Amino acid sequence: MAVGAQGARRREAGMTRGAPVMNKPRLTTSAMIASIADADQPTKAAPFGNALVEVARKRSDIVGMTADLGKYTDLHIFGKAFPDRYYQMGMAEQLMFGAASGLAAEGFVPFATTYAVFATRRAYDFIHQTIAEENRNVKIVCALPGLTSGYGPSHQATEDLAVMRAMPNMTVIDPCDALEIEQAVPAIAEHQGPVYMRLLRGQVPLVLDKYDYRFEIGKAKLLCDGSDVLFISTGLMTMRTLEAAQKLAADKIAAAVLHVSTIKPLDADTILAQVRKPGRLVVVVENHTVIGGLGEAVAGVVLRDGIAPKFRHIGLPDEFLDAGALPTLHDRYGISTDAITKQTKQWLE
Amino acid sequence: MNVETLSNTPGLEERAYRIRRNAVRMGEVQGQGYIAQALDIADVLAVAYFHAMRYRADDPTWEERDRFLLSNGHYAIALYAALIEAGVIPEAELELYGSDDSRLPMSGMASYTPGMEMSGGSLGLGLSIAVGMAMGLKRKKSDSRVYTLFSDGELGEGSVWEAMMSAAQYKLDNMIAIVDVNNQQADGPATEVTHFEPLVAKLEAFGWYVQRIDGNDMAAVTAAFDAAKAYPVPQPRIIVADTLMGKGVPFLEDREKNHFIRVEAHEWQLALKALDAGRPA
Repeated sequence: MAVGAQGARRREAGMTRGAPVMNKPRLTTSAMIASIADADQPTKAAPFGNALVEVARKRSDIVGMTADLGKYTDLHIFGKAFPDRYYQMGMAEQLMFGAASGLAAEGFVPFATTYAVFATRRAYDFIHQTIAEENRNVKIVCALPGLTSGYGPSHQATEDLAVMRAMPNMTVIDPCDALEIEQAVPAIAEHQGPVYMRLLRGQVPLVLDKYDYRFEIGKAKLLCDGSDVLFISTGLMTMRTLEAAQKLAADKIAAAVLHVSTIKPLDADTILAQVRKPGRLVVVVENHTVIGGLGEAVAGVVLRDGIAPKFRHIGLPDEFLDAGALPTLHDRYGISTDAITKQTKQWLE
Repeated sequence: MNVETLSNTPGLEERAYRIRRNAVRMGEVQGQGYIAQALDIADVLAVAYFHAMRYRADDPTWEERDRFLLSNGHYAIALYAALIEAGVIPEAELELYGSDDSRLPMSGMASYTPGMEMSGGSLGLGLSIAVGMAMGLKRKKSDSRVYTLFSDGELGEGSVWEAMMSAAQYKLDNMIAIVDVNNQQADGPATEVTHFEPLVAKLEAFGWYVQRIDGNDMAAVTAAFDAAKAYPVPQPRIIVADTLMGKGVPFLEDREKNHFIRVEAHEWQLALKALDAGRPA
């Protein structure tokens, strides 16, 4: 069973995107409330850009490329540090990924950035044919993953994991926070082969420093243990499941959190070892459509192993999502901390 | 490299004849193939591989080689024919063209074939890869060039024009593109499918050094490659080659134009005979 489908209340209520009623007070909700950080949460600025500069100081083969979104993917920090290794490709994603393949063929390691929607939707065939099929050493790093933009479907990459996961040769990573991004950048630079990594940009929450966390490609990590619920989460949803675990603890519900930042190759051994522990409700949580992402990947691994846990899945509905402020939308589609906590409690009743 | 001495080095016309012959023989193996395209582009490939480009037949990944990107992957039969003539691929492999586990699949792929620099077939990819390779070569201070062959039908792909603008933006004077204008794409004459003319004016407006030639006139093709290499202004170069599908085999030249020209089983030998009849003295 997947949740999230209670979203899009507006359409369920039969309303249309007509003109607002003008005699009502001006609405304050704004699509510009786009931060994924809570008000009091510690953050780090531009972890990707800064980490890439660090790696590039030691490695002259690393180059940066962007399709007119350097400032919006934190790659401009790399561009400032290494102007002659920074390729502004213009608003041309197909060209950028093809050219990234060409640079990789000549022995360079391009980090190519844009928004996840533009890479995975517009330039899919270029990534597929010139990068994945030729197994070129290109790192595709994409901002605005899943529901992290209030601009509506044009900017919401709700199916990027599904399509990138389906592509042979591609390693797929969905990091949780600033610490993980800092650790993932040198790791994917070291990795031979194409990588798709979701990017959190700007002021990025810092969470995993409290969990003695070490990122490794292909490794899922248990961040906290508990005997009632096993959250299996990825990306920024792990921030939320950690918070949900704390809230549940107040109600004497003990939740474990298994963080799966590498979606492919999936760490089936660790997942199975956790799921096999009896008596726990398994809840997969992802910032992605319920189709084709972590939830279905975990379900496949578990079913193929012959286990039948009580299995639930929190993800985005199979719909075009609304525009609006992120806190509103995360509540609406069931991926806020409160929504995850409430839903989990209901499932336990 | 080839072992022939200067005095018996085949001329370009002879190279083109042998490339055509190799292609027809491969077509006969499978009873099909993009043979009309292979015949139209043989003169360009002869000049590329036996006049213009730097490479080592026994070391296809030699760092100092010129890169040749086949964007129109269905022309693989033509490139294999040239690579066989160049000694990159043994002639005996010609018999395996398009067969299971062959290094010569029907559509060209980088991982299969020595000397094949990219996986084409999904049209419009080549020039974008070429932009990155040309950038990479400049980063390495290499004087190698990137040649890219693509077809007039590919001009319909937006990515071609993205790459055109980028190559001009980065002044990639180490890029030489060749567009085969045989005016035939899958659904009919290319000029009736997409309004790409006036092509020279368009390409010049995009910032390229453009030459338009009869792609089956060996002297013109040779001169165009020479001029493209020698052109002193830092901008990318392109040769628009007007070609005749089926060139060199009169009954195929005259056959009703089609993207995938049908050749009957008995006609492959006739085609070889026709090529032999036209073999340069």
